[in-house]
Amino acid sequence: MTTKSQAVLNWIDERFPLTSSIKGHLTEYYAPKNFNFWYFFGSLALMVLVIQILTGIFLVMHYKPDASLNAAGVPVAFASVEYIMREVPGGWLIRYLHSTGASAFFIVVYLHMFRGLLYGSYRKPRELIWIFGTLIFLVLMAEAFMGYLLPWGQMSFWGAQVIVNLFSAIPVIGPDLSLVIRGDFVVSDATLNRFFSFHVIAVPLVLIGLVAAHIIALHEVGSNNPDGVEIKKKKDANGIPLDGIPFHPYYTVKDIVGVVAFLFFFSAVVFFAPEGGGYFLEFNNFIPADPLKTPPHIAPVWYFTPFYSILRAVTYPLFGLDAKFWGVVAMGASVVIIAFLPWLDRSPVKSIRYKGPIFKIAVAIFVVCFFILGYLGVLPPTPGRTLVSQICSVLYFAFFLLMPWYSKLDKCKAEPERVNFK
Amino acid sequence: MSVDQKMDSGRRTLLLATSAAGGVAAVATAVPFVASLTPSERAKAAGAPVEVDVGKLAPGEMMTVEWRGKPVWILRRTSEMLASLDKTEDKVSDPASDKPMQPDYAKNKHRSINPEYLVAVGICTHLGCSPSEKFKMGAESGMGADWPGGFLCPCHGSIFDLAGRVFSSMPAPDNLEIPPHHYLADTTILVGEDGKA
Repeated sequence: MTTKSQAVLNWIDERFPLTSSIKGHLTEYYAPKNFNFWYFFGSLALMVLVIQILTGIFLVMHYKPDASLNAAGVPVAFASVEYIMREVPGGWLIRYLHSTGASAFFIVVYLHMFRGLLYGSYRKPRELIWIFGTLIFLVLMAEAFMGYLLPWGQMSFWGAQVIVNLFSAIPVIGPDLSLVIRGDFVVSDATLNRFFSFHVIAVPLVLIGLVAAHIIALHEVGSNNPDGVEIKKKKDANGIPLDGIPFHPYYTVKDIVGVVAFLFFFSAVVFFAPEGGGYFLEFNNFIPADPLKTPPHIAPVWYFTPFYSILRAVTYPLFGLDAKFWGVVAMGASVVIIAFLPWLDRSPVKSIRYKGPIFKIAVAIFVVCFFILGYLGVLPPTPGRTLVSQICSVLYFAFFLLMPWYSKLDKCKAEPERVNFK
Repeated sequence: MSVDQKMDSGRRTLLLATSAAGGVAAVATAVPFVASLTPSERAKAAGAPVEVDVGKLAPGEMMTVEWRGKPVWILRRTSEMLASLDKTEDKVSDPASDKPMQPDYAKNKHRSINPEYLVAVGICTHLGCSPSEKFKMGAESGMGADWPGGFLCPCHGSIFDLAGRVFSSMPAPDNLEIPPHHYLADTTILVGEDGKA
């Protein structure tokens, strides 16, 4: 580095921790050298967040959160999305990037969470990273839900109607709470405007804050790895973990490979199947919202369906409270329970590589149930399907609630001293 | 601890009192923000009653009007449809309409002022979808051979009879809401207002 640029850098460093931040988070942040395929999804999630924020900024320039009817009798909000799609130059691409980005976000985040489950990334000392992560997932669900109202199509309207009414099931405060959420007695212009405000300002701010907390906590304790052994236990003379490599340039370069592969698939969907077969953009949402007519079949977008199935699976009233209320409780619990994993897993080892058969079978059953619940959530209910979703819901909760016992009973293999690396 | 580091309890008390006063002010400031989330005066005023002419409704036909942004159904029931209410009596969870889902003048078997006309809010009491018409009796509605005619909510499968009474062990906890209404003339209904006594 020339002395002049060094002088500029020194000037900055005396006033702002630039060099030390770059060192702490990139060039001297030592990540385990044995990261595999599963470790792409954290950086991909960050990239999708950037895509969503950028495309969102440009969409807001043309979108109008207005439920009143225009001269042609079409709600202004719905018409403004059609305007973006048909008349704004490049608008269709920006909109499809944003709508596909929403589904991509959940695909990436689900895989990222599953990685944590496989390799015990939630275990001590990474409990707070995991809790921040669960909060990010919750906030992301709120963000996606509110965003889905904005096109003001039939699914937007009736989806919001159903979900907001969930809150009215809470005893005593429920009806008033759903009134405050809607800002009206029905889902209306007031609801559309506040969801727009939350979707573009409030929730993204919270999301970015949580992502920052997630990464700061991660960089404090260091990354886990597929072997689940702490690389900080074995350090060289300079205090650098023997199995660690600097995040930059090693993992920045590796993550670029992941980004290229991801964008390859992402672009294929954006350009050739932006509706995702009716799963990314539901067909009923191409019809403007009609408060007087529910579509014959309404289903949430695919990423909510496992939890929606759990909601529908509860059909028995309990303690004098409606089944509806307990359905809401079960759905909420099915998300919140994820945060408790660090204390539910009592296994002596972190990674599934060294865990015994019981845990592996439990994870397999859990994944199968999650997919079945997701599949049933897009279908209309029948007595047979309700029974299947009830069985899968019980197994979903059993995976978590019985973990303290089965993870202890399991016959685990001994963890290696250092990570495996070929 | 040296003498000059000793806590000045007078100042500490003042600090606590100031913080408490500031905290009260902060909470008070939150009140208008929360209040702004509740329905506006305009939204409240939008609940004006709606006058409906049901003269053109043929027996067995239903019309939908909008009241407070919600669909309100007016179904002119045939004698056959009314007779079906006897059959559903033991299948519905609240046959006598004991729960307060209707004004007193509609607390009867047919849940209406005039047995012929059912006036009901077409919003499922489960999660607010609008149930669809399944009026044809028997297998024709796709609801099984012994279907007495009624409504099916497409969202979670709750079924209601032709008086809006919910069948037992359905996701929906209550019968459909009967809005306040009264007859201005034989075939003119005012939805949204109780009749003057």
